[in-house]
Amino acid sequence: MNIIVCIKQVPETTEVRINPETNTLIREGVKSIINPFDMYAIEEAVRLKEKFGGKTTVISMGPPQADAALREAISMGIDEGILICDRAFAGSDTWATSYTLAGAIKKIGAFDLIICGKQASDGDTAQVGPGISTHLNIPQVTYVKKVEDATDKSMRLERLMEEGFEIIEAPLPLLITVVKEINEPRIPSLKGMMRAKSAKITTWTQKELGLDPQSIGLCGSPTQVVKIFTPPQRTGGQILKGEVPEVVDKLVELLKNEIN
Amino acid sequence: MDYLLTDEQKMIQELAHKIAEEKIRPVAAKYDQSEEYPWDVIKVIAESDLFGLFIPEEYGGMGVGVLNLCLATEELSRACGGIAVCYAASALGTFPIVLFGNDEQKKKYLPDLAKGKKVAAFAITEPEAGSDASAIKTNAKKVGNHYVLNGLKHFITNGGDAETYVVIAMTDKTKGARGASAFIVEKGTPGFTFGKKEDKFGIRASSTRELIFTDCKIPQENLLAKEGMGFIVTMKTFDMSRPGVAAQALGIAQGALELAVKYVHERQQFGKSISSFQGIQWMLADMATEVEAARGLVYSTARMVDAGIKDVAKESAMAKMYASDVAMKVTVDALQLFGGYGYMRDYPIEKYVRDAKITQIYEGTNQIQRGIIALKLIKEMAK
Repeated sequence: MNIIVCIKQVPETTEVRINPETNTLIREGVKSIINPFDMYAIEEAVRLKEKFGGKTTVISMGPPQADAALREAISMGIDEGILICDRAFAGSDTWATSYTLAGAIKKIGAFDLIICGKQASDGDTAQVGPGISTHLNIPQVTYVKKVEDATDKSMRLERLMEEGFEIIEAPLPLLITVVKEINEPRIPSLKGMMRAKSAKITTWTQKELGLDPQSIGLCGSPTQVVKIFTPPQRTGGQILKGEVPEVVDKLVELLKNEIN
Repeated sequence: MDYLLTDEQKMIQELAHKIAEEKIRPVAAKYDQSEEYPWDVIKVIAESDLFGLFIPEEYGGMGVGVLNLCLATEELSRACGGIAVCYAASALGTFPIVLFGNDEQKKKYLPDLAKGKKVAAFAITEPEAGSDASAIKTNAKKVGNHYVLNGLKHFITNGGDAETYVVIAMTDKTKGARGASAFIVEKGTPGFTFGKKEDKFGIRASSTRELIFTDCKIPQENLLAKEGMGFIVTMKTFDMSRPGVAAQALGIAQGALELAVKYVHERQQFGKSISSFQGIQWMLADMATEVEAARGLVYSTARMVDAGIKDVAKESAMAKMYASDVAMKVTVDALQLFGGYGYMRDYPIEKYVRDAKITQIYEGTNQIQRGIIALKLIKEMAK
């Protein structure tokens, strides 16, 4: 089974600061990590490979620093890393990103499965995985919590729903996005880390991929960010004190005012 | 301080640090309370290749030496001295095979130990033979092509949970210390059973049991080195492993120091952080300096061992003695900085005091270490 994992490097902190002028994330001084949901995607790919054999490839679109994320994936047992890196891809929204990644996947060639994390912890859109499957015209199963069974033709998957789960069988090639319930990502081995350190990371630019220039980067992105802001913090609320009948009367009055 | 570690050594540190923070720290209090053997953590350490750090590559290890073992032990001990000693004690049980095993013995035992599929233990201590190792009574009698072991070992770290044991027994009592021999004994050998599990003050995640040998028949191929080499095997093993105990003490001290610095920074009294008080600052400065001095001694000794310098008895003793004394002092001071909270089990610091204490006792008490150092000094002077 040949598997491609798509990962993204994100800032480690959950309290991201935003530059009010450019409406972009301030990345200075913030450590970059692999998007936590993508760690489950990497782990699942390595487990499937251990079970069924085949080759695993990790790809990421990002700045040259994303090299570190690819190497970390290799240290966990992924075979190869490809970095999609070009100024021309800067400013991509989820549409342009998934178009670009789909282009890179076409260039990789034959594959059975693409695994993505369910969403990135910075943008939180959950759109890139489904976008890739659309661009590649292959089926997608999102929010996968368990791979029940797999053959060389199809997979049986459990999909996490708000209440319970669905069991879906889908033909290969297929794209899935995974949730944190699917596994527990491993700590890399020392041998894996050594392999990752000396691994050759392939870099592809627009030149190698030859994508439609109108569909990549900022100009290929139909979404424009108008404004990013931090929502106002919640205030403490109001606590009513006193005898129960009094408090109830007061509460009813307040609620009535709220309705009006 | 920059110890000019190689990229590989930094990688080992980083990996052990990750295991300590992600897999050990969250469960340290749990295992301290339950006294269960931390198999889930041992499995993670095993899969990370750390069990093979000092085992030659041809026998499935990484072949990278004692300093690397010390770096890993230090990082693991920062989060839990108890879990770390399960790892370090396996190294202690493995060293005799690395140092004295013949090719067949190495081929048979080292690959599983390097992968952490099996855990090892070293057994010399007996109820009547602690610091005076020559007083051991466990005996091994040659019968045909077997040895028959009888006797009792106690306070054996990893006892009962380890699969592979190196046991020191007397093959010829008339020769005293030169009548001891070292044997590899596998768990499950008929006549080899375990006694009670000790209820300990600290390092409670690790197991400590009695080993009981009752007409335990082991093949003669399990003799390590030659008959009569038992104490040489022991001394050479301890020379290698003492930097590891020192690294354990160092890690416990470092872990306590980090917790204390963080706590005094957060703790507010008299309207400000208590870290702004000079009395507290001086304590921190002393603690940090002592920890760093211990680290210098431990790493330097480990480097001597890795460089193949034969006689490291004095340096090993110094590193073990100093680092463990520092660990005791620094953990007690760290608890003091936590004040009343530090005395409560809800806070992690009291465990560091309990875990530190054993490092002054095992693998030779610090009084014995001082004896070794002094004897060396006198010998050197007499030359």
